[in-house]
Amino acid sequence: MPINYYIFLAVALFSIGVIGVLTRRNAIIVFMCIELMLNAVNLLLVAFSKMHYANAVTFNPGTTTGAEAQLFVFFIMVVAAAEVSVGLAIIVMMYRNIHSVDINFLNRLKH
Amino acid sequence: MTKLTYLIPLFPLIGFLVNGLGRRMVPKSVAGLIGSASVLASFILSVLVFMEVRVDGFTAQEVKLFSFIKTAGLDIPFAFQIDQLSSLFLLIITGVGFLIHVYSAAYMHEEEPQHYARYFAYLNLFVFSMLLLVLGANYVIMFIGWEGVGLCSYLLIGYWFKNGDYNDAAKKAFVMNRIGDLGFLLAVFWMIGQFGSTSFGVIFPKVDATAPAVLTGITLLLFVGATGKSAQIPLYTWLPDAMAGPTPVSALIHAATMVTAGIYMIARSNIMYTLAPITPTVVAVIGLATALFAATIAIQQNDIKKVLAYSTVSQLGLMFLGLGVGAYTGAVFHVMTHAFFKALLFLGAGSVIHAMHHEQDIRNMGGLKKHLPITHFTFLIGCIAIAGIPPFSGFFSKDEILMGAFAHSPVLYFIGTFSALLTAFYMFRLYAMTFLGQFRGTQEQQLHVHESPAAMTVPLIVLALLAIVAGFVGVPEVFIKDAHWLEKFLAPVFAASTAKQGEHVVSHSTEYALMGGTVLAILVVMVYALKKFGNYSKTAEPATGFARVLENKWYVDEIYDAVISRPLRGFSVFLNNVMERSVIDGVVNGTGKFIQYSSRQFRWLQSGQVGSYILIMVVATVVFFIIQIFGK
Repeated sequence: MPINYYIFLAVALFSIGVIGVLTRRNAIIVFMCIELMLNAVNLLLVAFSKMHYANAVTFNPGTTTGAEAQLFVFFIMVVAAAEVSVGLAIIVMMYRNIHSVDINFLNRLKH
Repeated sequence: MTKLTYLIPLFPLIGFLVNGLGRRMVPKSVAGLIGSASVLASFILSVLVFMEVRVDGFTAQEVKLFSFIKTAGLDIPFAFQIDQLSSLFLLIITGVGFLIHVYSAAYMHEEEPQHYARYFAYLNLFVFSMLLLVLGANYVIMFIGWEGVGLCSYLLIGYWFKNGDYNDAAKKAFVMNRIGDLGFLLAVFWMIGQFGSTSFGVIFPKVDATAPAVLTGITLLLFVGATGKSAQIPLYTWLPDAMAGPTPVSALIHAATMVTAGIYMIARSNIMYTLAPITPTVVAVIGLATALFAATIAIQQNDIKKVLAYSTVSQLGLMFLGLGVGAYTGAVFHVMTHAFFKALLFLGAGSVIHAMHHEQDIRNMGGLKKHLPITHFTFLIGCIAIAGIPPFSGFFSKDEILMGAFAHSPVLYFIGTFSALLTAFYMFRLYAMTFLGQFRGTQEQQLHVHESPAAMTVPLIVLALLAIVAGFVGVPEVFIKDAHWLEKFLAPVFAASTAKQGEHVVSHSTEYALMGGTVLAILVVMVYALKKFGNYSKTAEPATGFARVLENKWYVDEIYDAVISRPLRGFSVFLNNVMERSVIDGVVNGTGKFIQYSSRQFRWLQSGQVGSYILIMVVATVVFFIIQIFGK
């Protein structure tokens, strides 16, 4: 499958994530949208990794080209998992404090 | 002895420090003693130096004390130069200075102790600066002294600082001097650029190979300095106003020493002036114009000190005439004799003012002959000397300058002689109105008129003796061959110039005729003045016509006011009202307003809404992408 499809899919996912962050007020949905962006990046990384591997392997059957990108993906997954735990904890604290998960109420910085 | 030269200026400096710092502690008698003794010590040392210098074959010596300014390519040592010219000036400054210090001790006795000590501190500082000026072996040291005497002049003119007019006079003197000093300073810079040094010993041998245009520029700039310090047209107006200071100050600073600094400087730089093509003519013309101009003003002045002040300006002009026509010896000779008789006249005037309880208007004097016998006699000697009647000193020096002028051009000679006649006229007018005729002051003044104490009369007598005999050091060739001791003494200093100038010989018969004619004319003028003013009565109506113009000093102050001061003041008002208010304030306030306004606008960006921050971030990222992709 041509790489273009992966790129379009990743861009679409990323844009959905951005728009979600910008437009939604529910903290959990905003959070999910952030995950969406992260995974859009993961998708791109894997796609490019495979592409480079496929190009390199025809000249050198024993190559490891593209392995780094897949390593990155695992890193991002681990970091995302950690971040999710922190993020959900923040959201729980937020709900305890203002009895809402609407981020527009979370504007203490302004006042 | 020359190794100990540094002691000569050191003594007055110590005197200045002791009197200046301890002015609240030292009693009056001690302050006067310190002031006079320090100058006396310098005088004794100067005599010792002189004894060494007068030996035949003495060559100029440079005494280097320490390195003053030392940078790449420029080394200005703090060095003194001992030669015939500087040793002669040392004698004049410390000798006359000492007499005036002694005189001051009595003249200023009414002052409070603190101000009395301050006075002597200033006076000693002045002597120190003046000694630095004449001793310096390069133009920078000379300039330090040059500025120092200007400062002391300012301080002493404004000595009675509670009087606003006196302060104005002091400021005027200072500002006028600054204008000249700028010329001097530029000349020094130019010399550093041209010769890479400011030392006399380095510059003067190089002058021969220097372009005439450069020499003209340097000498003219130096002359600008001289016109400020020595009160020549167009910067002379400060000197008459400087009479606001105590009378001994006028005698020391504004007659005998400081105002001759310009003459000293040009005499010192004589080789440059001889070789510069245009400058000598400029010097001679300005000098002559000043001599004549100031003499005409002096005729109609009624303040005893103003007459003497204009007379000083006039005599200084005569000295510049001498310098301009190349009669350097004559100019220095006249500096010396003028120091004696003008100091004498000023101190005599001080004695009169003292006796008359600070009355300075000669219309209110008269008949003081019998009340002040010593003052009268010495003043008369001073008048005869300045008028140029033989065999008093003024005759010889003035004659030498005028003969130098005649050799150059008879026109200069006749104008110079005319100003000498005017000198005789106003001096005997002054003498007659002060000492002859009836007393015209108040009853109370008449009761208290008294001869001054010995501390004041002794300096008068000494100066009178000097005014009589000083001329004999320069007896002209026509009378006795080889009798001009001063010319031989100063010959090494002016040797290079003399070699360049060549001889201007005036035949002896011509010289006799001119001399005789001049003396006869002076005597006629003298008798006329004595007759006219001998029985002056106070009823004279206010001056009219031309006399009125003279009485108002040709309205020069008013012209300067209209041409320079007023436009300057108008310009300042314009700057204050328009530039300051609108432009500068506008820029400053505008900057503040702009920052405040833009801050208020930018404040909306920081709304505290996380969403809007992210939006900005996204938009910015997209913009960067667009630039990245399409911008190439």
